[in-house]
Amino acid sequence: MQKTLLEVRNISKSFPGVKALEDVCFSVKEGSVHVLCGENGAGKSTLMKIINGIYQPDGGETLIKGEKVQITSPIKAGELGVSMIFQELNYTPEMTIEESLFAGRWPKKSFGRVDWKTIRQKTLQLLKQENLSYDPETKLKDLSISNLQMLEILKAISRDADIIIMDEPTSSITNKEIEILFEKIADLRARGKGIVYISHKMDEIFRIADEISILRDGKVIETRPKDQFDIDSVISLMVGRALGQGYPKEEVPVGDVVLEVEGFSGPAGFSNVSFNVRKGEIVGFAGLVGAGRTEVMRALFGLDDRFGGTVKVHGAPVRVRNVQDSIRNGVVMLSEDRRRYGIVPIRDVKENVTLASMDQFFQKGRLNASKERSRVEEICKKINVKMASIDVQVSTLSGGNQQKVVLSKWMLQDPDILILDEPTRGIDVGAKFEIYKLMTNLVKEGKSIIMVSSELPELIGMCDRMYVMAEGRITGELDRAEFSQEAIMRYAMNMTRKAV
Amino acid sequence: MNNLMTREKWQTIKSRYSIYLVLIVMIIVCNLLNENFLSPRNLSNISAQISVTTILAFGETILIIGGLLDLSCGSVLALAGVLSVYVFKETGSLSLAFAVGLIVGVLCNFVNGILVRRFNIPAFIATLAMMTVARGIALLFTKGQNIYQIGDYVWFGQGKIGFVPLPVFFMIIVGIVTWYILGHTSFGRSLYAVGGNEEAARASGINVGRIKIGAYLINGAFVGLAGILLMARTNVGAPNAGQGYEFEALTAAIIGGTSFSGGLGTAGGTLAGAFIVGFLNNIMNLTGVDSYLQQVIKGGIIALAVGYDMWAKVNRTRKTLGAAKLPNERKEAKA
Repeated sequence: MQKTLLEVRNISKSFPGVKALEDVCFSVKEGSVHVLCGENGAGKSTLMKIINGIYQPDGGETLIKGEKVQITSPIKAGELGVSMIFQELNYTPEMTIEESLFAGRWPKKSFGRVDWKTIRQKTLQLLKQENLSYDPETKLKDLSISNLQMLEILKAISRDADIIIMDEPTSSITNKEIEILFEKIADLRARGKGIVYISHKMDEIFRIADEISILRDGKVIETRPKDQFDIDSVISLMVGRALGQGYPKEEVPVGDVVLEVEGFSGPAGFSNVSFNVRKGEIVGFAGLVGAGRTEVMRALFGLDDRFGGTVKVHGAPVRVRNVQDSIRNGVVMLSEDRRRYGIVPIRDVKENVTLASMDQFFQKGRLNASKERSRVEEICKKINVKMASIDVQVSTLSGGNQQKVVLSKWMLQDPDILILDEPTRGIDVGAKFEIYKLMTNLVKEGKSIIMVSSELPELIGMCDRMYVMAEGRITGELDRAEFSQEAIMRYAMNMTRKAV
Repeated sequence: MNNLMTREKWQTIKSRYSIYLVLIVMIIVCNLLNENFLSPRNLSNISAQISVTTILAFGETILIIGGLLDLSCGSVLALAGVLSVYVFKETGSLSLAFAVGLIVGVLCNFVNGILVRRFNIPAFIATLAMMTVARGIALLFTKGQNIYQIGDYVWFGQGKIGFVPLPVFFMIIVGIVTWYILGHTSFGRSLYAVGGNEEAARASGINVGRIKIGAYLINGAFVGLAGILLMARTNVGAPNAGQGYEFEALTAAIIGGTSFSGGLGTAGGTLAGAFIVGFLNNIMNLTGVDSYLQQVIKGGIIALAVGYDMWAKVNRTRKTLGAAKLPNERKEAKA
């Protein structure tokens, strides 16, 4: 019988106006991985914050190794053996690995001097024990996100944490790095640690879970061992309705070439990239992280510089010196990094939506407020942005709704060609489906879409044609009939050109 | 959901109008402390006293909203003022002198804008440099001497339109201009976006460079005007005038709710902030508070105002989000 490391019973938590958690029961056994899934806003984060001591529950109790405890702060949580690895890692770029491993609990010598010798010893010992070959003096700014994650895991181990919570750890690391992470998780599991793993990604969930809990609207809907679930049942439980297999893809007659890119090269590491897009087409761009897809699109949209290459829109060569040029040409881009390039979080929905189309509402620089309100309300309704009103701050919306705000912004422009870079990243299943539907509607209206994505299933599901990139070049082009994960991966790893 | 909507609206109203509430409470308290406080004479005095720094504060508000800052306004004010006075003494033309004051302010801030924009110098450093340079030029030009006997020039500072002193009149005009720019023009809208998230503004097709330089140019006109008014009010072309005014202006803007992280702030808030500071100074003088102690109190109030602002922001975010997202966890949305 496995021991239960952590158990919460009947936890409730309300925030003014919202019941975030209601009678939640959840437990983690030693030597097991418990996956927690649910749509954004289902209460996953709130639950984890309670376990980590950031919030206090309104009711219910928490037990660690069978003993009732009050987790009053993250520090207390650490003492009790709970360690949390956040999705967005906050770190001090100039700190070294050894400094950060022992941050806040550096061993001291007399007069409060830090005992660097002991730190070095302990660090090397830890690295050896975990079979890692980092240099303890490497600065954190020189580490990749996956290495930083590994460092967080090391920190947890060095603190003797028994319960490790990971919040969507694979959202920004490469496939190869995911493998390394999963090996580590398996290792921790074998050593009897209890792991709580939060994720949206079905393939991952089914790979590493021992148990799966599904959270919806602040309640645990279902907790079962993995083998009693399948992908469809998890999804339908998450969204509370059957979603139907597959994608809302419809055949749309394809017209003339509307965008032609030739010989694109740029300082961001892509060269001689040529492709075209036809009217009514969804053209996919597949490839591994770092293949240069985003970089090409940014240059095409006028955000980054390029060395050479021509762009033709509707057959005529156009200049793209900056974003303004691109918008004028009818080409818009939804960035992969919504918070950085998409929204102005502290301003309201209305201002965000009209940001790119101010000339429609400002005549001679003067605002026509009522026209603005009605247009924004109309477009937000069409895109189905869920919000109290168009006057709320965008930062208060969920990820999916923020993405819809950015889409609304570009819809106001009525563009011919939309570049969607990872349009469904970090948003929940229901909102994903809505975005797919919207894409279908757009091509039905005669628009064209370039879809960059790292999730092959959605590319295969939605695209008419696909380009595959590797190392800054286009290595393959596939028609819908030729789509298969294997074919795409072969091009993405550039196996057709040289042996790996 | 319905509950949530009304509460969100209430939150918005509260955060938008709390500064005016503070102002009203202050007027009531001051009136209780001293019966002369609300006399037209005293109010008119206060308005005239705060007019110069308030005009500067409007400029700072525009800049801070755009994620910028001007530390040079006190020095540029002196340079614009002495040059304007000098031109008046040479030519006797009030309109020419007025134009020179504005142009000097605009030119200095054009340089600020270029330094920030073209050479990517942080606004703090660029305007710090300008602060020293402009003061130096003002002293060089006057050889460190005040320009006396400025004659009719004093009209700018002591004239009246109806019963409104000219500086107060100009303060109101600048306030209205600021309000209009911020709330009713695409420039203003772009400015909020640039300050709120520069990258997103650029990726939405906003010419970020033009907005930033534009913000400095507007500030420059305000600073030039403030220089003219100060020289005229004090009846002397003083190259040493306006020292520390940049901080008075920043204080008013910040107390008025302009967020130093950019993207937030209003003209009305800044005006209220300026009056709060003005009332505070006035009531402390009327009730005979020690002038050294006054400084301590003023500093404390700045810390209090900004502290409250930050606290309210975190609290607001936490409440309106329901699912409770603190600043650092709001990033969760980005995958």
